[in-house]
Amino acid sequence: METLSPMSIDVETARRVAKLARIKVEDADLPALAQDFNRILGFVEQLNEVDVDGVEPMTSVTPMRLKRRQDGVTAGGMQDKILSNAPDAREGFFAVPKVVE
Amino acid sequence: MLDLTYESPKPKTIAGATGDWELVIGLEVHAQVASQAKLFSGASTTFGAEPNSNVSFVDAAMPGMLPVINEFCVAQAVRTGLGLKAAINLWSAFDRKNYFYPDLPQGYQISQLYHPIVGEGEVLVDMGPGVARMVRIERIHLEQDAGKSIHDMDPHMSFVDLNRTGVALMEIVSRPDIRGPEEAAAYVGKLRQIMRYLGTCDGNMQNGNLRADVNVSVCRPGDYEKYQATQDFSHLGTRCEIKNMNSMRFIQQAIEYEARRQIALIEDGKEVVQETRLYDPDKGETRSMRSKEEAHDYRYFPCPDLLPLEIEQGWVDDIAASLPELPDAKRERFVTDYGMTEYDASVLTAEVESAAFFEEVARGRDGKLAANWVINELFGRLKKEDLSIADSPVSAAQLGGIIELIGKGDISGKIAKDLFEIVWTEGGDPAAIVEERGMKQVTDTGAIEAEVDRVIAENPAQVEKAKSNPKLAGWFVGQVMKATGGKANPKAVNDLVAAKLGL
Repeated sequence: METLSPMSIDVETARRVAKLARIKVEDADLPALAQDFNRILGFVEQLNEVDVDGVEPMTSVTPMRLKRRQDGVTAGGMQDKILSNAPDAREGFFAVPKVVE
Repeated sequence: MLDLTYESPKPKTIAGATGDWELVIGLEVHAQVASQAKLFSGASTTFGAEPNSNVSFVDAAMPGMLPVINEFCVAQAVRTGLGLKAAINLWSAFDRKNYFYPDLPQGYQISQLYHPIVGEGEVLVDMGPGVARMVRIERIHLEQDAGKSIHDMDPHMSFVDLNRTGVALMEIVSRPDIRGPEEAAAYVGKLRQIMRYLGTCDGNMQNGNLRADVNVSVCRPGDYEKYQATQDFSHLGTRCEIKNMNSMRFIQQAIEYEARRQIALIEDGKEVVQETRLYDPDKGETRSMRSKEEAHDYRYFPCPDLLPLEIEQGWVDDIAASLPELPDAKRERFVTDYGMTEYDASVLTAEVESAAFFEEVARGRDGKLAANWVINELFGRLKKEDLSIADSPVSAAQLGGIIELIGKGDISGKIAKDLFEIVWTEGGDPAAIVEERGMKQVTDTGAIEAEVDRVIAENPAQVEKAKSNPKLAGWFVGQVMKATGGKANPKAVNDLVAAKLGL
C-alpha cells in the first residue's frame, strides 16, 4: 500500500501555530512540538487510504436536525454577572490593556 | 416582467503619468440582520443599551454554553437573497474563523466560509435615468458580529462592550463589477434600499448596521474586458482591501485615494502589495494594517457545535411569496401608472415609507399633481424641519384632501400652499378649513367681472399703457387677485382682463 507522506511541520511552523493559538512555548520545546504535530498529522493521513468516493460526509451520528430558537429576547440584563470574572472592569465595560489599530 | 433597458456607465478613468488607468472594485457589505435577538443567543440586539447588558452567557463564551440558531435570522438572510434574485442553498453550514481580539470572547467568529446560505445573485445599480450597472453577487453568508472596543475613555486601557457580540450579520460579497467610487456608493445605497424594502436590515450606517470592506485594484483600459470575457483575475491588478467603512462619503474618498496610491506605485516601478488597509478620514488617506497581516491565518474549520443548516424548499417558497414589491418594480410602475418622470419616481421610491405615503395621497386623484405636492411641498418642508415622513404633521389623507380641492377647482395653487401651511401647523380637515375660513376660490364670473371693471375704471392711465404694452395686463390681474384675497380663479381673471382691455 502507498504510504502518504504527511505534511511536514518544521520548528518555524510550530512557533507560528503556537503564536496564533496564544500558547507560550519555549524555544527549546519547539522541536518536540513540531514532531508531535507530525505524528498527529501522520496518524490522520492514514484516513486518506480509505476510498470515500461518493460518500456524503457524516455530520451527525443520529439523524438530527439543527435545533432552532424563536426570535425572542430571553437573556441579558446581567451586566454584573457578565463582568464578574473580568480581571478589570470599569463603568460597565471590560477594561483591557490598550489595543489600537 | 419589467422591461428594464439601460446603458452601462463608463468606468472611471484616472490619468497617470504613463497613460490612463481604470478602477476595478468589489465590495463585502456587512449588513446587520433586523431581528429582536442575536444569531445564536436570546440576548437583545437593541442599539445604545447599557454596556454589557445585552449579553448572554453564550455571547460571553462561558464554558459549556452552546449556540442555538435564531430561525428568524435565517429567514431574513433567505429573504435578502431572494430580493437580490439569488440562489438559495437548502444546505449550508457554519465554520469557525479563529483569531484573538478582546471584543471576541469566543476566540473565533462563527461564519459560513465553505457553504454559504445564499449563492449567486445580482443587483441593478442606478446611475441616472437609463444608466445602470448590473453588479453580480457572489454569495451571502450569515455570521456573528464582534463586540465594540472603545479606545478613548482611558489613556492606557481599552474598554470593551459585548452588546454587539453575536448579533447576526449578512455578509454580501459582490464580484469585482464596480468601476468607480460613485458606483461603489450607489451600490451600497441600492443594497440598503432593497434591504429596507425587505425589512431585513435597517441600513443605519451611523450605528454601524451597514459597513463595507472595499477591494480596489487598477488596470489599463481593455484589461477589464479581458477579465470579463475569461473570468481570469490575472488580467486585473493586485488588489488592496480597505476595511470597515460606514459612510458613503468615506467609501468614495478611500477608493479615490487608494487608486491613486496604487497608480503612483506602479508608475514608480514599484509593486502593489496585496494587503488590508484602513481609511483615515481625518488625513484622507489609507494606511496598512500590519498587525492584521500577521494574524491573517484564520484556520477555518467546520463549527463542531452546530449541525449543518438544512431548510426546506416549501419554507423558501413561502418567504418568496411574501416579498414586497421591490424598488425597481415600484419605480417602473410609478412611471407607467402615474405618468411621472423617472426622476420623480426615483425620489418617491427611495424609501418604502415615502412610496406608500405617496400612493395613499394619489389614490383616486391626479397622480402627477400628487407627485408634485409630495416631492416639492411635503419633502421640501420635512427636509427643512429635519423630520422623517413618519413624523410628518400632514397625513397622507390630509394632503390628499388638499389635492382634491385643487383638482375640483375649489382652491387655487397659491391658496393651496396657504392651506398646506394651516394644516401643517394646526391640523384639521382641509375641506372644512376652506369652508370655515372662506378660502374657496371665486369662480362666479359675475363677481370677478365686477372687480375687473372696477380696477379698469379706477386706473385709466394704466389702461392706456396696457393697450400699447400687453404685458401690463398682468398688473390688472394682480390688482384683482389682491382685491379678492387671492380667491379669484386666476384663469378666469386672466381671460376677463384680456377681453376687457381688448388684448
